[in-house]
Amino acid sequence: MLFFGIKAQQRPILTDMILLAEREKRNIRLIFVAAFVGAVSGLFGGGGGTLAVPLFEKWGLTVKESHATTIAVIMPLCLVSSVAYCLAGIKNFDAFWKIEIGVLVGGVVGALVLRKISSKLLSFVFYALMIFAGVRTLVK
Amino acid sequence: MNIIFLISAGIVGGILGGMGMGGGTLLIPLLTLCLGFEQHEAQWLNLAVFVPMSFVAITIHAKNRLVKVKPLLLTICGALPASILFSFVATKASSETLGKFFGVFLVVLGAVNIIKILRPEKKVIPIIPKDE
Repeated sequence: MLFFGIKAQQRPILTDMILLAEREKRNIRLIFVAAFVGAVSGLFGGGGGTLAVPLFEKWGLTVKESHATTIAVIMPLCLVSSVAYCLAGIKNFDAFWKIEIGVLVGGVVGALVLRKISSKLLSFVFYALMIFAGVRTLVK
Repeated sequence: MNIIFLISAGIVGGILGGMGMGGGTLLIPLLTLCLGFEQHEAQWLNLAVFVPMSFVAITIHAKNRLVKVKPLLLTICGALPASILFSFVATKASSETLGKFFGVFLVVLGAVNIIKILRPEKKVIPIIPKDE
């Protein structure tokens, strides 16, 4: 493996140790922030993904890989959380099926539309709506 | 009539989620503010509807090899216990308290992300070369 143009056999041991230490540090940081992702996801029933995507990007994944891995992480968290809520008596399967139909349709549409629309303006509107929704929820 | 509202809410949430913007987070206020659901129930609904939809997305992403196993496993290890713990906390909280916290959360999340969008592009450079 090439590292800064020096071949592995010629690379000094110190560099290896620094590399390993850096790798350990970033993995520990990942697990630490992952706890926040889990906490937010469990406490608020969502929103963990918004923390996870930049976390993965900082760890070293590309944008697409970050989004994909985030979905893969959030899925089991949502599953576990929803089971926990269910055991505590919080559930509504009637509404669940109806909303799910919409979500499946909307998800496909969203994924198709994703390629065609500018993301910055859309994200801005999205987060502005989020602030508005937050304020409305607080004031209600 | 009710079923149409629910499906519509789902479509909105699905579109936003499908575009990778965390659409689920807006689904909850959509359910509580517009459709009169209670906070805990809306959160459960958001969690539950994500599972089947993400199944499809993950299958596609996995085929394209976009899901990276090592960060995935590390993150799940860190996130799962916290998720269980805080789910339990959420069930114990009153609807009003949880709602207030959630409102604050929405405002903070929205504000932080808007600031991120408005400030000049800062390239995220990983500390070590991606070699795994």
